[in-house]
Amino acid sequence: MTENIITYPLVVHLFFSIVLMFFWQKIKVQKILTIVGNFIALGVAIAVFIHIWSNGTQVVNAGNWDAPFGIVFVGDMLSATLLLLTAVSGLAVSIFSIVSVINARLRFGFFSVYHFLLLGLNGAFLTGDIFNLYVWFEIIIISSFVLISIGGEKNQLEGAIKYFTLNFFGSLIFLTALGVIYGLTGSLNMADIANKIKLIDSQVLIDISAVLFLTAFSIKSAVFPLNFWLPASYHTPPSAVSAIFSGLLTKVGVYALIRMMTLIFPQDEFLMNLLIVLSVLTIISGSFGAIIQNNIRKVFSYLIICHIGFMIGGLGVFNVLAISGVLFYLIHDIIVKTNLFLIGGVIYRIKGTTNMKKIGDLYHSFPKLSLLIIIVLFSLVGVPPLSGFWPKISLFLSSYNNENYWYFGALILGSFITLVVVAKIWSEAFWKKQPEFSIRKKKFISFGQLYTLQKWQFITPIAILAIISLYIGFGADHIQTLSLKIAEDIIDPQNYIDAVLKP
Amino acid sequence: MKTLILRTASDILLPVLLLFSVFILFRGHYLPGGGFVGGLIAAIAFVLHAFAYGLKNTRKIIKIHPGFLMPLGLLISFGSAIAPLVAEGLPIMTGLWVPGHFPVIGKIGSALFFDTGVYFVVFGVSLTIIFTISENA
Repeated sequence: MTENIITYPLVVHLFFSIVLMFFWQKIKVQKILTIVGNFIALGVAIAVFIHIWSNGTQVVNAGNWDAPFGIVFVGDMLSATLLLLTAVSGLAVSIFSIVSVINARLRFGFFSVYHFLLLGLNGAFLTGDIFNLYVWFEIIIISSFVLISIGGEKNQLEGAIKYFTLNFFGSLIFLTALGVIYGLTGSLNMADIANKIKLIDSQVLIDISAVLFLTAFSIKSAVFPLNFWLPASYHTPPSAVSAIFSGLLTKVGVYALIRMMTLIFPQDEFLMNLLIVLSVLTIISGSFGAIIQNNIRKVFSYLIICHIGFMIGGLGVFNVLAISGVLFYLIHDIIVKTNLFLIGGVIYRIKGTTNMKKIGDLYHSFPKLSLLIIIVLFSLVGVPPLSGFWPKISLFLSSYNNENYWYFGALILGSFITLVVVAKIWSEAFWKKQPEFSIRKKKFISFGQLYTLQKWQFITPIAILAIISLYIGFGADHIQTLSLKIAEDIIDPQNYIDAVLKP
Repeated sequence: MKTLILRTASDILLPVLLLFSVFILFRGHYLPGGGFVGGLIAAIAFVLHAFAYGLKNTRKIIKIHPGFLMPLGLLISFGSAIAPLVAEGLPIMTGLWVPGHFPVIGKIGSALFFDTGVYFVVFGVSLTIIFTISENA
């Protein structure tokens, strides 16, 4: 029974989060265990990816109850790719967090909850049952509540409350949507729903449930009218936490949207137009938000929103080329956005603040580090041949051919403003002379005072992710082949349905 | 709250409630009951004791920190979930059953261990929460 391998990532993370709870007060042991755990998880994720790449979609019926009655775990190429990206970012952030998160926070079980978060992410990518997806979302948001409020500083709690309220509301709507879809089809298995929804006459009912799902996932992934919680909360927790949030948490919403729109509600005119409109508004609001902010971490938060818009719009265009662009962008975005917040953490460690007006001269004091950072920033903008450039070709081409000119224009605007924002960060933080006033907190250990090992622990994860970004840029043909293969797989859901239901 | 009536009652109720919680745990497979309510009832037994004798004395009779029961329970549940994977290569959470019938308990399977894990987790969580709140009150 080799297909059981796809549940191993879940087993590894659950095991390590339990073991870490036994070492509640022993922080040194926890640090070693979490690194070991994340290395094992990465190994398992690679094995799963190779297995699915060579053997096609794998299905495991949990508890050995056959679909559509039992819960199924389905590993197709989309899931495998996201599992791999989760493992890579998870490892990088765990290395970063052992040095950047203070001991007072670690003593409250930071690493244990961190593994629970990764468990929830892996589960959400693997499950083929829509109620089970809801459960994984709950695991993700409960662990993220703990991570965002651990430490209990004043502005952190303020951000946590905004995050908590909106995400809780999102879960409520998700549950309502589940109720509607269960009432319509009498099933919770995604493949089974996809079969049965074709038999329903009333398009209105289908659209209502689709819009409910869309609202729920829009809250999770910060799509336009529901995006205000993200910049209000993502800059408050420690950098390691906001890195994993920005890299993966918003992308789970995008993944769920991709899955829903391709599998259950494909080729729906109304939904596709709605997605295009939402994406244009998301891009505009995110990019304009980014341009007026002075706090680097807030700028990055708005850029997340802007680039979520790129992906949602590509989903609205809905053809193989556009979907492959979305997937390529997703792959690029997870790595780069995780890295951006790690960089924000390093800048904070060097200067004691992330306000662009109060810092400067980074290029002269840390030239090598600055070169590393510029790779990431240029990848974000999409300077050819770096990683952000390639998916935009597919997105531009497909939207132009499909005559979605509004989306086409918004893409140009979004890319241009990203460039402006990155140029602003570069000139303010790296080239400008250090301004006179600089705030130093009591007991603040700046980057220069750290031990060499600690410095390496700060830089290594950034370097690893930057190298992966470079690979995505220079090995773009591999990633393009992969995303085209995934796009062809998911745009015709019949393969997925047959794999699950075994006709 | 340290009245004689409450103390006497809690002395008698503590073992009875613990026994009842185990009964509820075993009953849970086909009838109402199970690990969750069982754990809650076990926690109530000690909360009643804490009301009657004070928190310090209750901590003395429990001996271990109730927070320790959480990872222990999770580990038991986790073990029962991956047992079919490790033992027979079946998907996770497949029910494994020991052949034959045992007196009092009935059939023994991995579901029982899963529920036992839930019992310990709920027991540990509720005691930790209640002890922490009453310590700070």
